[in-house]
Amino acid sequence: MHMRLTAFLVITLIAGLAFASEGGTRPDLTPKDLERVRAVTAPATDFSKPENFEQLPAGAATVKKRVNQDIFSFSSANLTFEQEEQFKLGNALFRKVWVSSPASTEASDGLGPLFNARGCQNCHLKDGRGHTPSGAGDDAVSMFLRLSVPAHGEADQQALAGGAKVIPEPTYGGQLQDFAVQGLKPEGKMAISYTDEPVTLGDGMVVTLRRPDYSVTDLAYGPMADDVMLSPRVAPQMIGLGLLEQVPAEDILANADPDDRDGDGISGRANFATEEGVRQLGRFGWKAGTASIRAQSADAFAGDIGIATPLVMKPHGDCTAAQADCLAAPTGEQERLGPSEAPDPVLELVTFYSQNLGVPQRRKVDDPQVLRGKQAFYEANCTSCHTPKFVTSRDAPTPAHRFQLIWPYSDLLLHDMGDGLADHRPEGEADGYEWRTPPLWGIGLTETVSGHTEFLHDGRARNLTEAILWHGGEAQAARDAFAQMSKSERDDLVAFLESL
Amino acid sequence: MKTISTLALSIGMAAMSTSFVAAAEPTAEEILKTYADIALAGYEDALTTAKALDAAADALIANPSEETLSAAREAWRASRPSYQQTEAFRFGNAIVDEWEGKVNAWPLDEGLIDYVDTSYGSESDENGLYTANVIANSKITIDGAEVDAAEITPAFLQDTLQEAGGIEANVATGYHAVEFLLWGQDLHGTEAGAGERPVTDYSTDANAKRRGQYLDAATDLLVTDLEEMVANWKEGGAARTALAESGIATILTGMGSLSFGELAGERMKLGLLLHDPEEEHDCFSDNTHVSHLNDAVGIQNVYLGKYTRVDGSVIEGPSISQLIAARDPALDTEIRALLDATLTAMHEMSARAEGGEAYDQMIAEGNEAGNAAVQKAIDGLVAQTRGIERAVALLELGDTVTIEQSDSLTNPEAVFQ
Repeated sequence: MHMRLTAFLVITLIAGLAFASEGGTRPDLTPKDLERVRAVTAPATDFSKPENFEQLPAGAATVKKRVNQDIFSFSSANLTFEQEEQFKLGNALFRKVWVSSPASTEASDGLGPLFNARGCQNCHLKDGRGHTPSGAGDDAVSMFLRLSVPAHGEADQQALAGGAKVIPEPTYGGQLQDFAVQGLKPEGKMAISYTDEPVTLGDGMVVTLRRPDYSVTDLAYGPMADDVMLSPRVAPQMIGLGLLEQVPAEDILANADPDDRDGDGISGRANFATEEGVRQLGRFGWKAGTASIRAQSADAFAGDIGIATPLVMKPHGDCTAAQADCLAAPTGEQERLGPSEAPDPVLELVTFYSQNLGVPQRRKVDDPQVLRGKQAFYEANCTSCHTPKFVTSRDAPTPAHRFQLIWPYSDLLLHDMGDGLADHRPEGEADGYEWRTPPLWGIGLTETVSGHTEFLHDGRARNLTEAILWHGGEAQAARDAFAQMSKSERDDLVAFLESL
Repeated sequence: MKTISTLALSIGMAAMSTSFVAAAEPTAEEILKTYADIALAGYEDALTTAKALDAAADALIANPSEETLSAAREAWRASRPSYQQTEAFRFGNAIVDEWEGKVNAWPLDEGLIDYVDTSYGSESDENGLYTANVIANSKITIDGAEVDAAEITPAFLQDTLQEAGGIEANVATGYHAVEFLLWGQDLHGTEAGAGERPVTDYSTDANAKRRGQYLDAATDLLVTDLEEMVANWKEGGAARTALAESGIATILTGMGSLSFGELAGERMKLGLLLHDPEEEHDCFSDNTHVSHLNDAVGIQNVYLGKYTRVDGSVIEGPSISQLIAARDPALDTEIRALLDATLTAMHEMSARAEGGEAYDQMIAEGNEAGNAAVQKAIDGLVAQTRGIERAVALLELGDTVTIEQSDSLTNPEAVFQ
């Protein structure tokens, strides 16, 4: 376990206190319902057959379409025709290509000036996971570098205390944009080099991991700060997000154990974000730095595409004061369409879309190998962080999200994942070693949807076995248990993951 | 007491005789047979007109002239109504929905296929194929790997170019790819005018031969794709067989999803919202009004169990309309009226287009009358979906049609039993 800065500890304590009043039991349930929820979310004990409803990881929202590369792109199964329309409008905007200003289509301009992508789906390919560059000439990447610097001086400290998640790199901002509109230079290029790292498993089998090293080339706006912190991020899959948003905070915080009082070596800490003036539990992003899908969408519009929305009014996207040409470039704001580049209701529709991409039903749920793998997953204690089940809130704003038994296999909390995975870049209350447990639902369909099997925040793992072997820190014991399994036990466990 | 019971009895008899006169209630099997027969006839008609398009394209390639180009465009236009009417079968029939992207995907990044105007933009982008222009380049790069595009074949379009790099806008096949090859880009924005591809693109242009190759491959592929769907609806075909399990909910799902989300929403409301001619379904040819109108016709076809074929003959049989009429005549009357109202609005919109104001002009910012004409059709589609939802409730199909009050929401016991 790594020592965190005292400041973070203090913040954590304050956060704990602040949230204590909001913690406790779920306010949305009667005592009787609460009992039922506890019973149905209890860990599995019988591995001879599937659990009830295990086939349907998203409850009534589960998608039961034919499995092909479109399988992540369908709406939840329990939407009304009208909600289906909202979803489809959102989908159209999600795949919309934004253009630079000024353009004849004034409602569609405002791209950049600096950007990583022209449209949402250009990174969220088929609504699945992004991937690392497949070759030197491959610009078609769906990952980028986040940038920040440590706090220098009082102003930075105050910014962090006031809710800023990071201190942006002074010249290049919060992320490296590798594209720019005509007449401006892109900020630079992400460069990756990999070093082979052989790992010997308990049975003598050798698995070669690739350890990435990141740098930036072609810097167009001068040198970066010496103490810049880079964090590579692959676009995550988009399914089931609205259901995760409706897991009651009480149920997530019930699994938090920031000081590891139970002594199992696993902490589980919450991240928090102040959104629209309210401090809330963080759930989304690789470090749970964002509380709501609306905020996540608005941040992506601003940072990745350079489009201002009513929630993040940054028509110049991630341009900094040091990038005068960028700030001088025309924006896509038209007064009569409203004050933002993406006019209402663009953000609401994209948010609705992102909340309602359905989770496909599981395959082979009763296959003996899958059931053995499920048992191995439990016995290796993977479930300490990859929490199998939750029941969503009865108070969810969208009826389709209410009171569903869901199986994301995530506690949505932060865990120290060790030196191997550390990006050494804090974000909000997450330190440079912590990552949020990513949901595992749909993970077995990655190859079908995305044509690859790259996992983890930067896609370094080329298959599920490598992904498991990268686990360290709090997950070291679970990783070691996997490494000590026989070949057939490991195959069982992977078969279980592939059935998700 | 006695008086009242006599009255009740007479009302009961009147009700009985009314329903008896109205029609005997058709069975689900009978209704589904009509539905499948209309699907088969519809896809057969789409195939016939696609074959005519294929022949016209062959003639254009063999002998490029204003006449053959014009004839090919006419053949494309003629192929659209019958296909669009089959769209009522798309949602609800998983096998159709899975296949649909091959033949009618839109919008497309046309720079993948052929030359585009400089206003289209050439900046590099995550879609590395944004301006790949396969017609001008016998080698292209997909996801960092060089791909040999020396021969433009149906297999190359279907297996390599379609959705290359996982980008859905990389549409290489289907009606809209062919449309682009025949018309070219519509550079008039929301002003009058469609695409104006010159015939020299197929004769003297440096890439004329490869463009012809592409057109030939795309039209051949359209024919084979439609042949596949015709086979699915024949006796014993996969789509027809699947109906036994999915039942009559399939019909209402298809009607509702096409009406509201797909047509009223994605294809119409979005364009109106953004006033963006790129959000036009048949954007190269300015044929959008025909496509939208025939979607609405297709929805009415499956409700009434009646389809007028391209040759004028009529397929007709027991319908879901009759089933609803037998149980709630007022609802059937209402739904018919709602479908009629939508068609009236679609015809009005279509008349504007035929009269010289194309669909992309109608959705232009500031064109209040045009905007209103499109909005009226949207309103009709939304209203008819409300009627369809009532039909779902009447027939107690809520479990299988994807609507809000699905079982596990209203009855949590279904989740926690």
